[in-house]
Amino acid sequence: MSRLLKDKAAEKSMMALTACVGLLLFLMVAALLYKSWPILASKPLADLVLGRSWSPLRGCFGFLPFIMGTLWVTGVSIIIAVPVCLLASIFLSEYSPAWLKDLARPPIDLLAGIPSVVYGVWGVIVVVPFIKNHVGPLFKSSTTGYCVLAGGVVLAIMIFPVIIHISLEVLAAVKFEVREVSLALGATRWQTVKHAVLRKALPGIIAAVMLGLSRAFGETMAVLMVTGNVARLPRSVLEPAYALPALIANNYGEMLSIPLYDSALLLASLILLLVTLVFNIISQGILARLERRVA
Amino acid sequence: MDRRRLEEKFFQGLMVISSLAIFASLVLILADILVKGVPAMSWAMLTQVPRGGFYQGKAGGVLNAIVGSAALGCGASALAFFFSLPVVLYLNVYLKPRSRFSVFIRFSLDVLWGIPSIVYGAFGFTVMLFFGLRASLLGGIIAVSLLVFPIMSRAMDEVVKMVPSELLETSYSLGTTRLEAALKVVLRQALPGILTAALIAFGRGIGDAASVIFTAGFSDYISFSLFRPVATLPLAIFYQLGTPYPEVQDRAYASSLILTMLIVLISVLARLLTRRYKSFVVK
Repeated sequence: MSRLLKDKAAEKSMMALTACVGLLLFLMVAALLYKSWPILASKPLADLVLGRSWSPLRGCFGFLPFIMGTLWVTGVSIIIAVPVCLLASIFLSEYSPAWLKDLARPPIDLLAGIPSVVYGVWGVIVVVPFIKNHVGPLFKSSTTGYCVLAGGVVLAIMIFPVIIHISLEVLAAVKFEVREVSLALGATRWQTVKHAVLRKALPGIIAAVMLGLSRAFGETMAVLMVTGNVARLPRSVLEPAYALPALIANNYGEMLSIPLYDSALLLASLILLLVTLVFNIISQGILARLERRVA
Repeated sequence: MDRRRLEEKFFQGLMVISSLAIFASLVLILADILVKGVPAMSWAMLTQVPRGGFYQGKAGGVLNAIVGSAALGCGASALAFFFSLPVVLYLNVYLKPRSRFSVFIRFSLDVLWGIPSIVYGAFGFTVMLFFGLRASLLGGIIAVSLLVFPIMSRAMDEVVKMVPSELLETSYSLGTTRLEAALKVVLRQALPGILTAALIAFGRGIGDAASVIFTAGFSDYISFSLFRPVATLPLAIFYQLGTPYPEVQDRAYASSLILTMLIVLISVLARLLTRRYKSFVVK
């Protein structure tokens, strides 16, 4: 009897714990919303999101430079990462022999495991000087090297594993018949990939890119270390930018003494949370539907 | 050669170049960290805490950060494990496969996985304020355990899902309850995989800086008190690199080398465990 009782008790407590997991997301949104309420209540949202001036001491909290900074850096990283990752995923999934595919997995996992602060250090010792000494002069710009491009390059490498990992899974889920039919009709392998495989895999590839995008969007330390952190709208990729996560990380400490400052920083976290949430929900939704179709 | 062939060759070339570029970026990063880190490495870095004026280039090391990161990583992994294990067992043993609740929970875990660590830091910070905690080891453990929880649960889930359902059926037919089957059959069968999952989460935990910047603070001393601030390796790197002194920046390279080596070691260990696991499991 007591064994059954134990089983029941375990079931109920495990269920409660599991339900907590489902509630965690709502709790996070609620807590950050509650904390950023003071600033949301005292200023119109349009002023906060579209305001260009940021000086907490005078009570100016315009997030536009940071939002644009994040978008620039994320955009550059996606432009670099997507073609490279797609081509590499197609190579590994459609062209390379099985042993090469297995061999490629550990390095990709390792790339995913390297801490972001190490990427930041690498950016500072390699990417930043390279842009300063070689890319800047090419465009007659006196950039310090700490700029949007540096952030984009470092971020692109950081999101390689995310995009490749999911693209490989998606490509592997495309039925083999699709390829056989296309090849049997006399298409070359690349034509098969272009017209048949990629068309089937498109939703999954979009999901992969969106997950990469959301990773880049929220990445903090590496971006903080290489983009220069100047709160101004960037006009080219060789100008510095100040990303939203960097703003949060950089201002801890001084924020407690200035009114509304902590609320503003938690609003920035809320924006990050909501944006990544939307991206993740859409792309995980696509992937879950694909998985159901395969199963 | 006709156009189709040309196109085929062209794109094959691009693919090979892209794959090599990705591989090269990994090699480059590791090589650069090694080249910069090894000359700056010293015994003192590993065995001493920062002395006075360490951040202006005086003597000392980063033992405080190594110990702090280890304590934080262990604490956070243990806490996350304590929550992950019941959730994963519940999903796989108690719930019917593909039940609506389990689909929802797995979906939530996947979404949680994608949330940036700075957001966990900010959320952890508000939780700490709520409980009146200051930046401390405990605060850091809470934030990092939130960060690694979805990673650990999903990795464990993948392993536990692989346990053949016949094993469960056999054990039920011998009269065990679901709890007994979960703990004595499923858990034992999946143990190496579960340890791998915990190891991966530990690696992620010690490497993350954004979630501890608010919550764990920083300290030049070694302390195991839950309520004192604690140093972490990623933040030590960040602060050292931020100083204007070249000697101190060299230390950032050495510290990066230490952190990178730790991560490589952990991922090799995890891989070995997985391989072992594959050869011992009842099929």
